[in-house]
Amino acid sequence: MSASPSSARVIGSVVLEVTDVHTYYGNIHALQGVSISVREREIVTLLGSNGAGKSTTLKTISGLLRPRQGTVKLRGETINNVPAHQIVRRGICQSPEGRHVFPRLSVDENLAMGAFIHNDTKQVAIDRERVLDLFPRLRERLRQKAGTLSGGEQQMLAIGRAMMGRPAVLLLDEPSMGLSPLLTDVIFDAIKEINHSGVTVVVVEQNAQLALSIADRGYVMQTGRIVLTDTADALAKNEMVRKAYLGEE
Amino acid sequence: MQTDIRMTPGRRSYVEEPADPQQTRNRILQATAFAFVVAYPFLDLLFGWQALLAFIPMMLMITLALGLNIVVGYAGLLDLGYAAFYAIGAYAAAFFTSPNSPLASVLPGSPFAWMQDFWVSMVMAVLVAGCAGAILGAPTLRLRGDYLALVTLGFGEIVPRLVKNLEPWTKGVKGMSPIGRPYLFGCQFGVDPCEILGMKLKLGMIPYYYLTLIVGAISIFAIIRLRNSRLGRAWAAIRDDETAAQGMGINPVTTKLWAFSLGASFSGATGAIFGAYLQTISPDQFEYSTSVIVLCMVILGGTGNIWGVMLGGLLIQSFDRIFAERLTGWVHKAGALTGDPTITAAFNSFDLLKSRLLVFGLCLVLIMNLRPQGILPNRKRRETALTDLPEDDVAPDEAVMIAGATVPTEKPR
Repeated sequence: MSASPSSARVIGSVVLEVTDVHTYYGNIHALQGVSISVREREIVTLLGSNGAGKSTTLKTISGLLRPRQGTVKLRGETINNVPAHQIVRRGICQSPEGRHVFPRLSVDENLAMGAFIHNDTKQVAIDRERVLDLFPRLRERLRQKAGTLSGGEQQMLAIGRAMMGRPAVLLLDEPSMGLSPLLTDVIFDAIKEINHSGVTVVVVEQNAQLALSIADRGYVMQTGRIVLTDTADALAKNEMVRKAYLGEE
Repeated sequence: MQTDIRMTPGRRSYVEEPADPQQTRNRILQATAFAFVVAYPFLDLLFGWQALLAFIPMMLMITLALGLNIVVGYAGLLDLGYAAFYAIGAYAAAFFTSPNSPLASVLPGSPFAWMQDFWVSMVMAVLVAGCAGAILGAPTLRLRGDYLALVTLGFGEIVPRLVKNLEPWTKGVKGMSPIGRPYLFGCQFGVDPCEILGMKLKLGMIPYYYLTLIVGAISIFAIIRLRNSRLGRAWAAIRDDETAAQGMGINPVTTKLWAFSLGASFSGATGAIFGAYLQTISPDQFEYSTSVIVLCMVILGGTGNIWGVMLGGLLIQSFDRIFAERLTGWVHKAGALTGDPTITAAFNSFDLLKSRLLVFGLCLVLIMNLRPQGILPNRKRRETALTDLPEDDVAPDEAVMIAGATVPTEKPR
């Protein structure tokens, strides 16, 4: 796995801007003023330990949670009041934590669900081919029920399904969770490839080393706040990050 | 709504499967069943089965179960008060057509006199029940799982009570009677003799039989189309994983609302016909037990599978309306045959009709324990058990997939 992203990519202007977001679970103040900005064609990673608010941040962006304060903007448009199912249409697709594939639908039907918002049959067929080229394993399992897939295959399906929505911004929540190192590599190679095709990626990871190896920039979260942000290379060298997340003494 | 999502190559369609032996067998089975059902009234006359009057409500109840299957089977919403919509449909139709209704003194002679027509009232019943579904659904469908079930349970209790207490409109516990009859070629259903083209015919209840049959067939057709539509796939997604469905761009609330409303509208048509067939409706026909029996039919046969639901309905209804009564009769006869007065009395005290709810309850407990997916499960719901029951929905190679074997990539084409 190469350490630096390809130089062929041109990082564009800010596409996703999260400003001072506060999100609550009931009385629990989960996000305490989170600000993130993501530029076009970037890979940005959110790092942090359990309960730091990484997934909550993604859910706030994708509309599954509403911030009590602060704004989420996509290409300058405020989207924090747009319902989740509409946000997908605006171009943010998520591969949720725990994958959430439709267990009783086949792999192919899951992919078709991913294209639910698109009616142009031909383009959907092209997208499907692309996803299947990206994850050849899925092609072998097209008619198998998603619930019977292995964890890695479900992760591939979740990402592939999100790609069927033609996202401008792809949110990935813990893509390496519970996977073997081998499968993790496959998934992360695919993420790089997706990014090279022009999709902006925000990836939440516990495996900091892995995430930093593909990311352009990273944010480190602690108890609902961003405590550190820098380029991926700098973060990988950062003393605190090395101690806390890379398991070095 | 009919956007076809069967676009991607290799995606298996629900309807058109390439011919295989099992498919052919199913087709033959279906054709035989169809021919039997169409010819039934004449067979009944010919052989003196005297079950026509049981068959009509039976088919109506099955249609009702098919409607509930949209809500419970497709969208995965537990509805414990489905009889309420049935009641709303029946009362809506009676409200327009019954001479007992307050409208009866207003409508005749007015520009709205056409509303007293049975066919018009049936359409009204469908619309009113559909709207009632939407009205109940709008505030409650944000609830998930058990909470929704509780609300529907409450709704199922409220509607019969409302009907009892809104006496000026519904005639309270006495019920409404008579109710406008359906008609065709100037001939009223269930009124003999009936004159068509100068011929005097004694048709009895046969026209009702065909009316229910046609409505049932239309329902099946409509439900299959719905299941395969974009909306049907949205239901499947919501049922499997609501959060993920939202992530696909599916609006969970409107999708569920459609399920509730469309499900209710089927009960509207059924209610209208049922009222006209019985010529009287009263609140006690729409109590909680009706909802439960219909739900029982759906679960017994196989939630989410049309053919399963029909089979479940057939089993429960034929028990309820034919076998329970006849079996009781046979037992009484057997008791009389012994000649011993105490045995005769003991046998005579046996009455299956009184314990029908007990029997249904037992059936449900047994099914839940032995075969929770129903007799003919939905293909999407069969995850573990494998049977070689003929099921229209399952292609043989899919059966292999369910068993967990490795699957060939795509169908050769």
